Amino acid sequence: MHKDNQALIFELTKEGRVGYSLPTLDVPEVDLSELLPADLIRTEAAELPEVSELDIMRHYTALSNRNHGVDSGFYPLGSCTMKYNPKINETVARFPGFANIHPLQDEKTVQGALALMFDLQEHLKEITGMDEVTLQPAAGAHGEWTGLMMIRAYHEARGDFKRTKVIVPDSAHGTNPASATVAGFETVTVKSSDQGLVDLEDLKRVVGEDTAALMLTNPNTLGLFEEQILEMAAIIHEVGGKLYYDGANLNAVMSKARPGDMGFDVVHLNLHKTFTGPHGGGGPGSGPVGVKNDLLPYLPKPVLVKKDDAYTFDYDRPDSIGRVKPFYGNFGINVRAYTYIRSMGPDGLKAVTEYAVLNANYMMRRLQPHFDLPYDRHCKHEFVLSGRRQKKLGVRTLDMAKRLLDFGYHPPTIYFPLNVEEGMMIEPTETESKETLDAFVDAMIQIAKEVEENPEIVQNAPHTTVINRLDETKAARQPVLRYYKAE
Amino acid sequence: MKHRYLPMTSQDEKEMLETIGIGSIDELFSDIPEKVRFKGEYNIKPAKSESSLTKELAQLAAQNADTNRYASFLGAGVYDHYKPIIVDHVISRSEFYTAYTPYQPEISQGELQAIFEFQTMISELTGMDIANSSMYDGGTALAEAGMLAAGHTRRKKILVSRAVHPESRAVVRSYALGQSIEVVEIPLKDGHTDMDALTEMIDENVATVMIQYPNFFGQVENLKAIEPIVHGAGALLSVSSNPLALGALTSPGQLGADITVGDAQPFGIPEAFGGPHCGYFAVTKKLMRKVPGRLVGETTDEEGRRGFVLTLQAREQHIRRDKATSNICSNQALNALAASVAMTALGKVGTQEIAKQNIVKTHYMKQQLKKAGLEIAFEGAHFNEIVVKTKESVKQLNDRLFENGMIGGYDLGLSYNELSGHMLVAVTEQRTKEEIDAFVQEIAAKVQEVGATHA
Repeated sequence: MHKDNQALIFELTKEGRVGYSLPTLDVPEVDLSELLPADLIRTEAAELPEVSELDIMRHYTALSNRNHGVDSGFYPLGSCTMKYNPKINETVARFPGFANIHPLQDEKTVQGALALMFDLQEHLKEITGMDEVTLQPAAGAHGEWTGLMMIRAYHEARGDFKRTKVIVPDSAHGTNPASATVAGFETVTVKSSDQGLVDLEDLKRVVGEDTAALMLTNPNTLGLFEEQILEMAAIIHEVGGKLYYDGANLNAVMSKARPGDMGFDVVHLNLHKTFTGPHGGGGPGSGPVGVKNDLLPYLPKPVLVKKDDAYTFDYDRPDSIGRVKPFYGNFGINVRAYTYIRSMGPDGLKAVTEYAVLNANYMMRRLQPHFDLPYDRHCKHEFVLSGRRQKKLGVRTLDMAKRLLDFGYHPPTIYFPLNVEEGMMIEPTETESKETLDAFVDAMIQIAKEVEENPEIVQNAPHTTVINRLDETKAARQPVLRYYKAE
Repeated sequence: MKHRYLPMTSQDEKEMLETIGIGSIDELFSDIPEKVRFKGEYNIKPAKSESSLTKELAQLAAQNADTNRYASFLGAGVYDHYKPIIVDHVISRSEFYTAYTPYQPEISQGELQAIFEFQTMISELTGMDIANSSMYDGGTALAEAGMLAAGHTRRKKILVSRAVHPESRAVVRSYALGQSIEVVEIPLKDGHTDMDALTEMIDENVATVMIQYPNFFGQVENLKAIEPIVHGAGALLSVSSNPLALGALTSPGQLGADITVGDAQPFGIPEAFGGPHCGYFAVTKKLMRKVPGRLVGETTDEEGRRGFVLTLQAREQHIRRDKATSNICSNQALNALAASVAMTALGKVGTQEIAKQNIVKTHYMKQQLKKAGLEIAFEGAHFNEIVVKTKESVKQLNDRLFENGMIGGYDLGLSYNELSGHMLVAVTEQRTKEEIDAFVQEIAAKVQEVGATHA
C-alpha cells in the first residue's frame, strides 16, 4: 500500500475494541435459537469496524480535512447556489421537538411541527406566486417528477391521452429530460438562439397537440433571463400544454419576478440551494412543488390543511397522484429553510437576489477581457465563460479548474450547459464579500496568463492537493465499489 | 440592508457598479419584462433577530411531544434507537455538511471515502455485492427497485406483498404509474406473505416480487422458501429490509435476493417527523450497471496513491439525460455519513448485540402482554414489533398511554380494514423493563375493566 494512503476505517479495526455504549439488557436473556428458525439466524457477522470512539473521531476528522465545503472557502459551483449555511438552522433543526418526533404520532401531539410546515407553505406560495404548495418531494429531481406526474394526471382527467411529449431546452439540467422519461413522457429538445435564449421559432415548430409541458429554468442555465417568457407561456398554453418551472435558479429572481406571474403552472424549489438547506455533501435536499389552482386536485397526498385552528392531514383526495414519498417530505430540511426565510424577511430576500446578481455581474465584467464571454449582456445570479481561447493554446477548461484548486478554491461547474464550448459556469452567491470575489478573479486572471506563458503548470495541476488527478478510466473499467476484508 | 449573511457595504456596491458601468442595481434587472416584474416586497413575516427567532422556534418545537420526554412504542418503519452521540459531532463538521456532490475528487476525498465506506458497510450487512451511495428513503428506494427490475427483465408487472409498509407500497404504485407498470398485491396469511397465493399469482410477466424482511408487522418472512418461487418464474427478488435487524437475521443476499433496499434511519438518524432519513440500494454484481444514483469507486492517482471518484456515471441523468433509468441527483449524503458513523460505532459486535436486544425485549413485551390476558395476533418469529389486539379502540388506548407519558403503537386499522382494533407495538433497545411493564399495565387495565362490567 502507498504510504500516503488515508486508511479506511476497516483497516483500523482490531478485534476486541468497541465504540458503543448500549443499554444493559434488563429483561430475561433468551437464546435467539428459541425465537427464530435456525436458517434465519445470522451465522456470519457483517465485517464492520471494531474501533474505539477516539479512533472514529480521528478517522472522520482526517476525512473532513480532505474535504472542501463553503466554510472552507469560496465555492462558485454554478447552478448549485453554494451560499453560506447559517448555523441557527442547524441549532433549530436539532431541537428535540423537531428532531425527535415520529411521523405517525397523533396529530394533536405534533401541532407545532404542522404549524411550521403550514407556515412554510404559505411563505413559499407568496415567494413563487403559486396557489398551493406540497412539501413532500425529497429533492429537486423528485419535485420535477412529482410536478410532471401532476401534469399528466391533469391531462388524463380531461380525457386527453395524446400528450406524450415534454419539451426541454438544450441548455436544461440533465434531470429535466430524465424526470420526463421516468414520468412516462418522451422528451423533445428545443434549441437556444444565438442570444442564449429559447429560440421561439423552434419552440413554435416543436409544440403541438401532443405537448404535455415545457420545462424551463428562468433565468436559464446560462444565467440569462428568458425575456420572452410571456410569449413562450402563450405558445404553450395555446396548444393546451402546461409550463413547468425548474426552481434551481430562484436565487436570481426573488422579489423581482415570480414564476406564478410569469405564467408557470407548476414550480419546484430546491430548498437546499436558495433556502440554505444545506448541501450536505450531496443531500439531503428538499424539493417542494407549487401549483396553480387547476392542478390542485392532483397534489400528492396527504395534503396539510388547517381546520378550526388545528392542523391536520387530508387523505381524502380522490384525484391525487398518490404518495411520492413515505410521510411528509424532508421535514428537517424544511425546518432549516423556514428558519432561513424567517431570518431574512421580505427585505432580506430582496437583498439576497440583488447582491447575488450584482456579484455575478461584477465578476463577469472583471473576467470578460481574459476569457471568452459567449453572451455579452447582464447576467442574473451566474454566468458562463468559454475556455475556447485557452483551448487553442492547448489548455482545457478541466485543466484550469484543476489549477484553481491550488489557489484554495472550489472550481466552477464545468462543461455545462452543453451548448457552450469548454464552459465554466460561475455562481458567486450573495454571501461572498467583494474581497473574496476579487481574490478569485485575480486567480483566474493569473491562470489565464499562465496558459499563455507557462501552460504546463496548468496542464499538470493540481500541485497542492492531497492527491492529484485520478485514473477515472480505471475506476470505470475495473470497478472497485467496496472494501473486502483481506483473507 | 444590513444583515449578518450579507457582507456588501455601500462602498463595495458603489465600486462594483462602477466596474460594471451602470448606475444602479435595478439596471441589472432591466431584462425582466415590465409585465412580469414583481414590485415591492413579499408579503411575508418580517425578519427576526437571531435570539428572538430561536426563542420563537424553541417554543414551537416544545409544542410537540418528543421521544426525549415520552417513552415511544411507535415504530412502523421509523424507530427510536440508540444514537451514538459521536454521530452528531461528525456530521456537524462543516467540511462535510457545507460541501456538495464530490465532483472535484482532489478536494472531496473525505466525502468520497466516507461514501465508499458506507457502500461497504451496507453491502456487508445486506450480504449483497454492491451498494450505492444512498437514496431518498426506503420507500422511494423500493420504487426504484421496481423500475430497475422492470427494465432489466423487460416485464411490466410487480407483485408486492401486503406485508410491505403501506406507505412504501403507495410510493411503488405512484412510480409504476409513470412507467405504466402494473402493481398487484399479494395477500396476507397470519401476518406473513401468503405463499400459496404467491405461487398462484407469479408468472412469466412478473418483473419482481417485493417482500419486506422483517415485514411491516415485525414478522420475519421465510425468504428461504420464497426465493425459489420467485426465481423459478424468472423474476427478481426485491427485499426491503431494516438494516439494523440484519445484525441478527440471515442476510437477504445469502437468501438469494437480487435487490435489497431499505432505510438506514435506525442507524443514528433522528426520526425528524419522517425525514430526512437515508434510503439504501444494494444489488448483486450482475445488476451493477443498472443501479440508480451515485456510486463511488476506488482508483489511483498519477503517483499511485489510492483515491476515490464518482464512477460508472454513464448510468446517470446528467450524462444519459432522457435515456437515464432514474432521475435521482441529490441523495441523502449527509445522512449516509451519519449512518456510517453509527454503524462504525456499533461495529461488528454492537450490531449483533443491538439486534438481539430488540428481539429479546420484544419477546419480553409479548410474554407480558399474554400474561396480562391480551391476544397476540401473529405467533411467528418477530424482530422488534408485534401486533396486539386491543380491547378498546387503539385511539382511546393511545390517548390514555399519552396521559401516562407514553407514545403508543400504530393503529393498524388505518391501513388494514381487517386489523382494526389491532396495535403494532415496537420495542427497541431503548425501552426499559419498567417502561414495558408500565405499558402492559395500561393496556391491560382496560381489559380488566371490560371483564368487570361483564361479570
